[in-house]
Amino acid sequence: MAQDTTRTRPPVTDWTTDWDHLDPQWRDNPFPIWDELRGKCPIAHTQRYLGAYLPTTYAAVKAISYDTTNFSSRRVVVREVRPEPPMPSPPISSDPPHHKPAKQLLLPPFTPDEMKKLEPRARAICNELIDKFIADGRCDAAQMYTRHIPVRVIAHMLDVPESDGDQFIQWIHEILELGITDDDILMKAVHEMSMYFAGYVEARTKKPGDDLISRIIMARQDGKPLPPQEVLGMIRLLLIAGIDTTWSAIGSSLWHLAKVPSDRKRLIAEPQLMPTAIEELLRAYAPVTMAREVVQDTIVEGCPIKKGNMVLLSFPAANRDPAMFPDADKVILDRQENRHSAFGLGIHRCVGSNLARLEMTVAIEEWLKRIPEFRLDPAIPVTWSEGTVRGPRQLPFIFS
Amino acid sequence: MAGGKVVRVRVDPEKCQGHNRCKALAPALFELDEYGNSKEIGDGIVPEGQLEAAYLARANCPEMAVEIIEE
Repeated sequence: MAQDTTRTRPPVTDWTTDWDHLDPQWRDNPFPIWDELRGKCPIAHTQRYLGAYLPTTYAAVKAISYDTTNFSSRRVVVREVRPEPPMPSPPISSDPPHHKPAKQLLLPPFTPDEMKKLEPRARAICNELIDKFIADGRCDAAQMYTRHIPVRVIAHMLDVPESDGDQFIQWIHEILELGITDDDILMKAVHEMSMYFAGYVEARTKKPGDDLISRIIMARQDGKPLPPQEVLGMIRLLLIAGIDTTWSAIGSSLWHLAKVPSDRKRLIAEPQLMPTAIEELLRAYAPVTMAREVVQDTIVEGCPIKKGNMVLLSFPAANRDPAMFPDADKVILDRQENRHSAFGLGIHRCVGSNLARLEMTVAIEEWLKRIPEFRLDPAIPVTWSEGTVRGPRQLPFIFS
Repeated sequence: MAGGKVVRVRVDPEKCQGHNRCKALAPALFELDEYGNSKEIGDGIVPEGQLEAAYLARANCPEMAVEIIEE
């Protein structure tokens, strides 16, 4: 959804010294900006956001991801405010040595084998959604299809009503988009989420099930259960991290397949390409940009980096670096060598990467089975989200 | 054995972050632990017919954790 926040911002005239990821140019088409910066100034700086760097090469993004000494995850979103202390949501906001134990609690429920158990429900969700609009011959795929898939799957995993999905999406919108400029909205959403889940945590502490909330409650760290605030923090994190990210990835993939009929036809004719195609679509349209806080002066790829600044850690820009990926600006569905960074690099690798891959695969397969021919509606614009997660929020397709 | 040489795969456990790309591309060569981190199966020897899968696994590890050792 396009936000009012951009309307009042001074437009960017020099991306090397004054970049702004909330600028409408970035929101609508960031790729030329990153290409320009990579050639001219691979680690750009801005005075906006109280000072922040923007690396656009794979090498710089990787170096910063691996350097947990100079770059802290205590803040993972570049915002206009930096409240102290930052709100902890382990493990995404944790640095070593606290990171590993927190992450190890979350990893077992997200292994590929665990994800396979979700596949039947995920396929059913996709088909229930398609049933609602297929007879119309047109739809806004971002609002009627891609939006609902990850939120319903995660609701299924948490064993909360799938019909509460719209409320989850509203909270995430307030936290990840409006929260960049408005701390009151962010805090209110966090509070409401905590209130919502506190009831479930209480009930399942007494009577655990086999859902994800119960598994986090039952998890033990050094033989002890997690404090209730950490349980709630992890549930909030799973929700925030797992919804508009994959919504965006599925949406960008379908947008690509609508725009490039040859790729769509090839994927239908050669379904065995799906695994490499999913990785390539993740590379080319990686939705997630994270952040770090510089906690000590250092040098990255020859560029001096000053303590107190933030870093906008653009995995999407790294994935378009031609020094790492030949023909980086082309989508090649059977790309053989693809060390993309869509799920991050280093210790903060996305916990839900296997879930995201499952949802993308299922959502695209079911769509292509039911609607093999579709195209963008030229009368209605495609619109994109802004901020930390990029994907289509209005995606008008015609398929009659 | 491949081409008269013994070829082995190895996952560097210090580098692996559990992206699961090697297991997806070469399921006969890699297995996952309870956290999703990868390890070569057995002694990592790559049978005839699995060489391409082994090189693909290496070419797709974002952490450069998959090694191929030719002896």
